Amino acid sequence: MIAEVVAPGALLSARSLALHFGRIAALRDVDMDIWPGEVLAIVGESGSGKTTLLNVLSGTLSPDCGSVACRNAGGVVANVHSMPAPALRALHRSEWGFVQQDPRRNLRMNVSAGGNVGERLMAQGARHYGNIRAEAARWLETVEIDPSRIDDLPRTFSGGMLQRLQIARTLVTRPSLVFMDEPTGGLDVSVQARLLDLIRSLVARLHIAVVLVTHDIAVARLLADRIIVMQDGSVIETGLTDRVLDDAHHPYTQLLVSSVLTA
Amino acid sequence: MEGYNFAYLDEQTKRMIRRAILKAVAVPGHQVPFGSREMPLPYGWGTGGIQVTASILGADDTLKVIDQGADDTTNAVSIRRFFARTAGVRTTTHTAEATVIQTRHRVPETPLRQDQIIVYQVPQPEPLSRLEPSRVQTRIMHALGEYGLMHVKLYEDFARYGQVSISYDYPVMVNGRHLMAPSPIPAFDNPKLDRMPALQLFGAGREKRIYAVPPFTSVRSLDFDDHPFHAIRAPHACGLCGATDSYLDEVVADDRGRRLFVCSDTDHCAMRREAGHVGADSLPEAAE
Repeated sequence: MIAEVVAPGALLSARSLALHFGRIAALRDVDMDIWPGEVLAIVGESGSGKTTLLNVLSGTLSPDCGSVACRNAGGVVANVHSMPAPALRALHRSEWGFVQQDPRRNLRMNVSAGGNVGERLMAQGARHYGNIRAEAARWLETVEIDPSRIDDLPRTFSGGMLQRLQIARTLVTRPSLVFMDEPTGGLDVSVQARLLDLIRSLVARLHIAVVLVTHDIAVARLLADRIIVMQDGSVIETGLTDRVLDDAHHPYTQLLVSSVLTA
Repeated sequence: MEGYNFAYLDEQTKRMIRRAILKAVAVPGHQVPFGSREMPLPYGWGTGGIQVTASILGADDTLKVIDQGADDTTNAVSIRRFFARTAGVRTTTHTAEATVIQTRHRVPETPLRQDQIIVYQVPQPEPLSRLEPSRVQTRIMHALGEYGLMHVKLYEDFARYGQVSISYDYPVMVNGRHLMAPSPIPAFDNPKLDRMPALQLFGAGREKRIYAVPPFTSVRSLDFDDHPFHAIRAPHACGLCGATDSYLDEVVADDRGRRLFVCSDTDHCAMRREAGHVGADSLPEAAE
């Protein structure tokens, strides 16, 4: 039995995570903690293990060794990979959220925008149609989608709107921790800027902790409080965003920062 | 009866089906897999119901078979004759006289008693089938009691049509735990399932599932707090017996577009007419 250890005050703590896909080491001895209300960016080039780390943290993948422990709203500490499946699913439905790069993977494309936002509420037992609809309309407004489109199907929405709809659907249950996998990937620059602005204000207002995977240093600089830099499955540098980006210690981080194009 | 085992099925098969039935009764609304046999009628005609009936039928039972409420349609007549021939049991069309009632698409209007068993023919036992195509996923959803998806469907209906668009096979929650397809009975019949004194058995032959609702078990139709479930009924009186509380069939009466609404439960209608009730459309007939 793996000891369930969460750093004092932290929401989620990972200790000495390792995972191999055959001969490829996807994660090597990764330690990390997430505290309430902070945005933690995981950066690195493709294949560095960012998404794998996200999947292990959220319980989607099991590590070869190491442990991930979380603390729920009631203060109870549990091991993410040894808790019963119903408990993990309940956690994902209520206190956690997952924002995918492709919103189509998360949304139900044949269900109206309102139904998409209301699904998590109904899964939690909300049974009052009027309240569910009012909450859905309020959230559409929050993510800057015209509430009159509440009954429209997501396939009539643009890419940026789909991503905002996904965010509304995820945040409707007021999660304390949201995992985001390249939330701005595949969007054009002006839409990206608006979306980043939205995420930043929502996260600050609702006091949500975010684990953000991105290959885009600019996104990390704009959103993140802390940064983890990964290379070949290892964490090579970690610290406050400004410190890491302005005063990179590791040669790879220096390369990463200097290779950003400035317009 | 010669040339057949009692009630057609061999004893080992009946034993296997009875085991499935016992398990189904123990977990109300839970779908129990069983080894469905080839029956001498096509899938969709009641192969599940007929196997359940065959395994619970005893020599002193009285069988009634209805199809859409009627005792005199092809499906009802042939299944009734099948058991009269292979089991030699008495058959009846009167709900009150029957001990076993096999039904397709209706629950009799006459309230059932504790000493009766009703067997439903089920084409699709999985209530989530239209929403989640994977049976692996629906089984997990049943196991964990995650039925939010069904409410998303109801939400969509209210958002698009202002009402629930399901008029038959309206999903129900059994014993506060399992979501169940009540077979394609009209939503009008759903309230009859709740706390029914008779044992209710459901057989799906093609899908190879048996499930059950034991006597006096709560069966609640899904709804929203602010949009409670209500049974839909055509706003007419039966043209033959004048009943205003029974479920009606709409029948084309002639080639000039005249339509007639009659009770779908033929036994109920006949009994009322015997008792002297008369509907608006039966007057000319009486004058003949």
